[in-house]
Amino acid sequence: MSNPDTAAPASAKNVVEARKLSLVFGEGESAVHALNNVDLSIEDGEFVSFIGPSGCGKTTLMRVIADLEKPTGGEIMVHGGTPEQARLDRAYGYVFQAPALYPWRTVRRNALLPLELMGMNKALREERVAKYLGLVGLEGFEKKFPWQLSGGMQQRVSIARALGFEPDLLLMDEPFGALDEITRDHLNEQLIHLWQETKKTVVFVTHSIPEAVFLSTKIVVMSPRPGRINKIINCSPPPDRTLDWRETNDFLEVAHEVREALRAGHSYDD
Amino acid sequence: MIGVMICRDPSSALFVGLMAIALLLPVSESGNWFSQSGGNLLLILPALIVAGWSLLRSNDLTAQTKLPGLLAFVATVLAALPPLVLLENGVQPGFEGSGYWLFVLALGFFAWRAMGLLSHVIRAGRAYQLLVPTLFGLWFFYLWEVVVTGFGVPQILLPAPGVIGVAIGGHLDILWADFQQTFMKAVLAGFVMGCGSGFVVAILVDRVPFLQRGLLPLGSLVSAIPIVGIAPIMVMWFGFDWQSKAAVIVVMTFFPMLINTLAGIDEAGAMEKDLMQSYGASYFQTLISLRLPVALPFIFNALKINSTLALIGAIVAEFFGTPIVGMGFRISTEVGRMNVDMVWATIAVAALAGSTFYGVFALLERIFTFWHPSYRQQ
Repeated sequence: MSNPDTAAPASAKNVVEARKLSLVFGEGESAVHALNNVDLSIEDGEFVSFIGPSGCGKTTLMRVIADLEKPTGGEIMVHGGTPEQARLDRAYGYVFQAPALYPWRTVRRNALLPLELMGMNKALREERVAKYLGLVGLEGFEKKFPWQLSGGMQQRVSIARALGFEPDLLLMDEPFGALDEITRDHLNEQLIHLWQETKKTVVFVTHSIPEAVFLSTKIVVMSPRPGRINKIINCSPPPDRTLDWRETNDFLEVAHEVREALRAGHSYDD
Repeated sequence: MIGVMICRDPSSALFVGLMAIALLLPVSESGNWFSQSGGNLLLILPALIVAGWSLLRSNDLTAQTKLPGLLAFVATVLAALPPLVLLENGVQPGFEGSGYWLFVLALGFFAWRAMGLLSHVIRAGRAYQLLVPTLFGLWFFYLWEVVVTGFGVPQILLPAPGVIGVAIGGHLDILWADFQQTFMKAVLAGFVMGCGSGFVVAILVDRVPFLQRGLLPLGSLVSAIPIVGIAPIMVMWFGFDWQSKAAVIVVMTFFPMLINTLAGIDEAGAMEKDLMQSYGASYFQTLISLRLPVALPFIFNALKINSTLALIGAIVAEFFGTPIVGMGFRISTEVGRMNVDMVWATIAVAALAGSTFYGVFALLERIFTFWHPSYRQQ
């Protein structure tokens, strides 16, 4: 599989740099090759989506970047160091498939959690939480408990929580997968604004082609058994795009390319 | 109109019918309701008037009409008085007093109707909501009193609540001393030590994996030892005073707390734990910010179980040697002296103390785990 990025030398300005990365769960007959020879570079300020069917290793790859899984082969660097170092430096914020909010904490105190753990001073952390809850449009909900909010609002709290300590890298694992399509579209638009305002590097796992095409500057198409990268598609969506952009030919062309890449990786086979 | 009302509600129909018959039948060998001293009729009449009033007003009920229920409550209490007054005057209905027992039965159906009317109201105040359990409790003790006294059941078998009440009132100093010895000293000390050590060991077991394999089987072995087996040994080890009872309680309460805390701190979800890991949180940060809050419902469960276990443990342990004070001591000696009223008085104090102790933890649980799906209010 040819990969345009393999030739590039490991560069310090790359946020994520993976070379021949592999991860095998189990041993012998029952071994599962979750990741096989993955090469990937993510540059500063990119919006990268991992797309592919279930079992293609997209979440696993993200968890390796986050140091929640250890690779069994190859190398990976995050911010020029090991993923563990990046984790301990709080270099990334992770948004999970579910909001994972703590029900005994109010919205405000949920967003405060990472800042408290880091020992940030009180005035600064209150300021940060107010800023980012405002940014995700949750002013006035600080005193509510998570279970008093809708699913979409809960996921916005978890995004504010990940942004609060201002990591350069935002890892989002199907954050809108459990939401209805209307809410998801709305949050996609908000996410684009957020990305443009904060200039963060975002890694986004999804299995929705429209979502990947709408959001990303780079789409990493993956296939299962063994989990691998099939094709990397660079794209340049208009910065001021709205949901309407999804009806243009530009959009449809990229979407078609993604679908072809998925088909080439046998993702549509039984 | 009364006919319609009665058809709609069988318990009021039974009340009206039975009451009419009861008033004609004899209350004892010596006569019927009307041959008794006139005081009784003076008591029965107002009760019947209030009862009738409440039944008439209950014709068109909405979810907000409180009056019929309140009237029925008053009527039930008023109508409960005449049988008590008869007993107080030395009348013993026994098996001859069919009118007496029919009256009580009719009253039962009316109390049933009263509770129905009271629980019909939704969104009432707290005091109003307490009326049904109050009426239920009153009725229970009333029936106990009337049956035991009315049939002349020997006190040694079952004293009437009134007799027990007199025993409590007359021996407040003794009961207070027993309560101090058993509850304030043995139960509280044993409970705090048993639950505390169970909790601390649970954290240790979580931190040190081999303890889980080594200590848990041993712990389940210890918890399976019957209390009557360890109590005499603890008395030999720690002496006759409250310390040995506290030791028994420690043995009894340690294990439920250990198991519940362990199960609770294991309950945190994988995603929530990953979140803490992504923040680079330490073991104790994760424990305090995530795992202990998740464990709270389990810990409160253990506290509630242990609150009743502790009192049982202390009382039973006192049977095996104690200074001449304590609830277990009182029960064992007063049974021997045939003072059954004192035994029941001690039982009443124990029941009150035990349920209050339990209630405190149930209340704390509601306050601290308000966020749990079983308590949350949207």
